[in-house]
Amino acid sequence: MEKFITHVGTAVPLRRSNVDTDQIIPAVYLKRVTRSGFEDGLFAAWRNDPEFILNKEPYKHGTILVAGADFGTGSSREHAVWALQNYGFKVIISPRFADIFRGNSAKGGLLTIILPQDQVEALWRAIEADPSLPVRVSLEERTVSYGSKTLPFEMDEYTRWRLMEGLDDIGLTLKQTDSIDAFEQARTAVKPATLPIR
Amino acid sequence: MGKTLAEKIWQEHVVRSVAGEPDLIYIDLHLIHEVTSAQAFDGLRLSGRKVRRPELTLATEDHNTPTQNIDLPIADPVSKLQVDTLRNNCAEFGVRIHSLGDIDQGIVHVVGPQLGLTQPGMTIVCGDSHTSTHGAFGALAFGIGTSEVEHVLATQTLPLVRPKTMAINVEGELQPGVTAKDVILAIIAQIGTGGGQGYVLEYRGSAIKALSMEARMTVCNMSIEAGARAGLISPDEKTFEYIKGKPHAPADWDAAVAYWNTLYTDADAKFDVEITLDANALAPFVTWGTNPGQGAPLNGEVPNPALIDDPEERGAAERALVYMDLTAGTPLKNIAIDTVFLGSCTNGRIEDLRSAAAILDGQKIASSLRMLVVPGSARVRLQAEAEGLDKIFMAAGAEWRNAGCSMCLGMNPDQLAPGERSASTSNRNFEGRQGKGGRTHLVSPLVAAATAIRGTLSSPADL
Repeated sequence: MEKFITHVGTAVPLRRSNVDTDQIIPAVYLKRVTRSGFEDGLFAAWRNDPEFILNKEPYKHGTILVAGADFGTGSSREHAVWALQNYGFKVIISPRFADIFRGNSAKGGLLTIILPQDQVEALWRAIEADPSLPVRVSLEERTVSYGSKTLPFEMDEYTRWRLMEGLDDIGLTLKQTDSIDAFEQARTAVKPATLPIR
Repeated sequence: MGKTLAEKIWQEHVVRSVAGEPDLIYIDLHLIHEVTSAQAFDGLRLSGRKVRRPELTLATEDHNTPTQNIDLPIADPVSKLQVDTLRNNCAEFGVRIHSLGDIDQGIVHVVGPQLGLTQPGMTIVCGDSHTSTHGAFGALAFGIGTSEVEHVLATQTLPLVRPKTMAINVEGELQPGVTAKDVILAIIAQIGTGGGQGYVLEYRGSAIKALSMEARMTVCNMSIEAGARAGLISPDEKTFEYIKGKPHAPADWDAAVAYWNTLYTDADAKFDVEITLDANALAPFVTWGTNPGQGAPLNGEVPNPALIDDPEERGAAERALVYMDLTAGTPLKNIAIDTVFLGSCTNGRIEDLRSAAAILDGQKIASSLRMLVVPGSARVRLQAEAEGLDKIFMAAGAEWRNAGCSMCLGMNPDQLAPGERSASTSNRNFEGRQGKGGRTHLVSPLVAAATAIRGTLSSPADL
């Protein structure tokens, strides 16, 4: 996984709440067995509309998506994260994220930042007034900056460390194999098993 | 202080707990399917890793499988590749799979319980957000992404942050014609699609206790639609009775029941949040918008967005009415439907089919619409046929299909056409969920059946 320390890019205002993962990538686009190429399905239905924000210059080249509350609700499909990353997004900002989407993003190195609704609205206005406005996201400082503003955001220490180091969760867990072995030794016998087939 | 049920199950599964890090939680059962597993197996292969506990893993084919002509090769080459990839991965890594045509094939959340693999006190995960269904047995069950699927395959654990707990008390008695589906739709409308974020929901109260196991699964299934990864119900005699005799029911039954009887929220336990609903006041409920929180009693009207105070919600309602092509103030019962879909992991079990068939018996569906009946599993289909339900559906003019997720998410050929409007017993009314441009009203199986007969959104009381 790529390390995330600082990112500077332009931002895209997506003035919608409850952007569910069926909108981020409709189910018919989920049939690939690879992790790449999902950008063609990103917001597929909305991108049919020439007025949709990602069909406009210069927003279509943005790398920071600024969305309304409850971004990523619905299906657990990690393809939603891959579609956003494959398209080129590095950061998503919203007042609130769905739990599974936020967890999936952290696994893949897509940074999700929670800012209060009023700060999101101020950012929307700023990037609508000046679409080429550079927005700087520092995970090291835990800040989003643009123009003269610097906004702090919260991120727990563990997730921040993992993202900044670009660490693979599975590798970290496999270092705890002794603990897993010990847990399995003590595990109750009444729990079912799928094999042998009964 | 006592513990909630969710806290008890969590504590029993902690492999490692260190301050400042997520807990490492052991997973008792990992369910997989074709859509969210391919990249996870590929990751194992690239790292030279194995599946740590194949005997705690089960695969089914459900999301993109066809519900017609299942004896023929899958026509869509991309779907076929995805299903073939799952079969090859299961063969390579030693995972049990129930493929299309197998008697135990079906929607993963219908198959787990019917095999008796879903039991109280377990941790259960699947790369599907409706894994919350299994919470009906008093299991801590939740959906995960593909990276987490790979993590569980490799380690049988997941690093997780302990969720908060919310009690949802449903007290009283449901009126005739009011179902588990109406209960959960009313709960979501009350707490909102984000209201459960960060929480495990525990459904409690006399109305929940009175529900059958299948109805409890309907309630827990849609916990995710309220934003909660998991929802659960304390196990009781009904739970034990349901598991008894299932293929994977515990061999040492008495030991299992003794353990299961410890799985309840202590009287002095404290939830982070507690809400209460009056079961007596609930009515058949349908959605009018494009998220599951946008619902109203069927006797009501399409709401007027101008009367919504919250600006975000008002904007969402305005956009929803445009997408749904609805006018504020229209009685919901005047809305004409093109397709009725009966099925899904929410309402595709035998009791759902029985309740709809009882309404349709001797009736004809309206000539203006089509109705698809898709059993949740191959065994549900066989059971329904043994009871003659298939004949009732077909005599009414409905299509009787093979098991799978089908039109719930429109990944296979069962889709709405652009502009087409459905009354669907599934769980999501998102824009385009059932097919590009399709419009979805979520309903109970009883409302689905009555709607099929009348052609407009209806309850059995309208017949």
